[in-house]
Amino acid sequence: MNLLFGALSMGLVLSLLGLGVYISYRILDTFDLTVDGSFAFGAVIAGVLLTRGLASFWASAAGFLAGMVAGAISGAVHRRLGVSRLLSGLLVATALYSLDLLIMGGGDISLASTRTLPTQAFDLWLRFGGPESGARIFGIEVSARTLATFLSMLPAVGTAVFLVDRFFRTSLGLAMRATGDNAQMARSVGIDDARVFIAGLAVSNGLVGLSGALFAQYQGFVTIQMSVGMLVMGLAAVAIAEGVLRGRSLGARIAGVVGGSIVLRLVVALALAAGLPANTLKLVTAALMLAVLVVPDMIRRRRLTPVTG
Amino acid sequence: MTTHPAPEAVDMSEAFVHGAAKVVPPPTLEVRDLSHTFERGTANEVRALSDVNLTLAPGDFVTVVGMNGSGKSTLLNAVAGAFLPDSGQILLDGEDVTRQGEFRRACHVGRVFQDPLKGTAPNLTVAENLSLALDRTRNPFVLRWALTGSRRAELRERVRTLQLGLEDRLDTRIGMLSGGERQALTLLMATLVKPSLLLLDEHTAALDPRSVEQVVKLTERVVSSQRLTTLMVTHSMHQAVQLGDRVLMMHRGRVVREIRGREKQQLRVENLLATFDQLRSMELLDESAADMLRRLYV
Repeated sequence: MNLLFGALSMGLVLSLLGLGVYISYRILDTFDLTVDGSFAFGAVIAGVLLTRGLASFWASAAGFLAGMVAGAISGAVHRRLGVSRLLSGLLVATALYSLDLLIMGGGDISLASTRTLPTQAFDLWLRFGGPESGARIFGIEVSARTLATFLSMLPAVGTAVFLVDRFFRTSLGLAMRATGDNAQMARSVGIDDARVFIAGLAVSNGLVGLSGALFAQYQGFVTIQMSVGMLVMGLAAVAIAEGVLRGRSLGARIAGVVGGSIVLRLVVALALAAGLPANTLKLVTAALMLAVLVVPDMIRRRRLTPVTG
Repeated sequence: MTTHPAPEAVDMSEAFVHGAAKVVPPPTLEVRDLSHTFERGTANEVRALSDVNLTLAPGDFVTVVGMNGSGKSTLLNAVAGAFLPDSGQILLDGEDVTRQGEFRRACHVGRVFQDPLKGTAPNLTVAENLSLALDRTRNPFVLRWALTGSRRAELRERVRTLQLGLEDRLDTRIGMLSGGERQALTLLMATLVKPSLLLLDEHTAALDPRSVEQVVKLTERVVSSQRLTTLMVTHSMHQAVQLGDRVLMMHRGRVVREIRGREKQQLRVENLLATFDQLRSMELLDESAADMLRRLYV
């Protein structure tokens, strides 16, 4: 049960990363390598502000803003300076790596002595009389800290996901979808597609930065290692969502990405519980991603095979 | 390069004299000495436009015909702002827009493309596509809900005027519709907010015969009911004869013939074809003789 709730919390936190990747990869139809950089950048900014005593809400918001700035710069380097979309993301991510080290003054910072969302939730849990030992759910023990973490991440991520869903129903959200779907059409109805694209990457990386900020609070420390392989993680969540749901409404696809991210963490948690060493995590992610990319198509093709003879 | 007598210059000075007495509204579209060469300095160099002059007064409906590579679509793209021309000027409602970006011009210019896939966003619904077109002149960064109930009702009424039954399919992804339906919707989107100028770029060329007829009828209806100033490029001599009140014939980047007034009313497809044959035989002559013939036409 601890493992399950841990995976759920982590899945929720990383679902914002998944949504960020979904926005750049599917809605804006680009391949944004800024993601690795902006995830760690959001974590670093939030982490440093937490150690300076800023409230966790504002530190998380700062992580969102940090990601937005990174995304906007990346988008501007691509659309205003004409650097290719892959290189612009790579450039910004590389620059952020050094910036992270400079801001942290080292390779990692501990958040153990700061008031993060999970520790605040744990305090609340105790204040409202929750037993320190934890609770029994379906007859199985869950530690109070794990439960508090889950209960703090649920509303935080839920609010963010709700706002994303609403955002894509506004004039700007619709303009972004049109720009990614058919830039020529967007221009011919008077949309400044370059500006909208830059704003889209800002929103996308803002969510990634927020995900990084929450992830740092979830695990209680920030490390430069957080900038490795996050894009693939986000893409895997998107791939799982699309393997299961196809051509549904926007709301369903947003929910799908959240679900995909949680499924990914559950699979990883199960793999760990089954005794796979932690070093194989990326391997598990890659294998799962390959499976969801290939298997649904294989099943579909088998169904379509005409019966002969 | 030989110097041409410039009839435009005379027209303009006349307008100026009249202007002193009463205010003459600026023409909707004015193209002055527009020239453009693609791939300059390479083996593929193409002089797509040479000194094109064109004026559309408010309410004019002009069709442009020409062979492949005559520069007719290039002219339309230049007016739409798809590229920056080498030289010359483009004025919309008297304002010089030569250096203005495509999206900025789109606030006043409606456009329908040859490719029915170009004018609509396939993964957005019919209502969402139309909603974007309805917001042509509004800044999307000023946040508001894209589709409210009242907007949907308004859009439904506008779609009903197409008489294609699409008003019941507002929530269908537009990519699911046929080319003809998409083109009809693109035409509606281009005119949802009345544009100063409507550009039609061979907008029936990629459609099946039944859809062609539908879209041509719709074009006629929309243009006449809103009295739209329209510049239409067409590959179809029939359409050039049937639609509009002026025909421009383009050849090798030049406007070689302009048919207007009574001559346009009496124009038949055979007349146009004969002119094209003359042009083709001219091709066989050397450049100086061709230039002489051309001057006879201009």
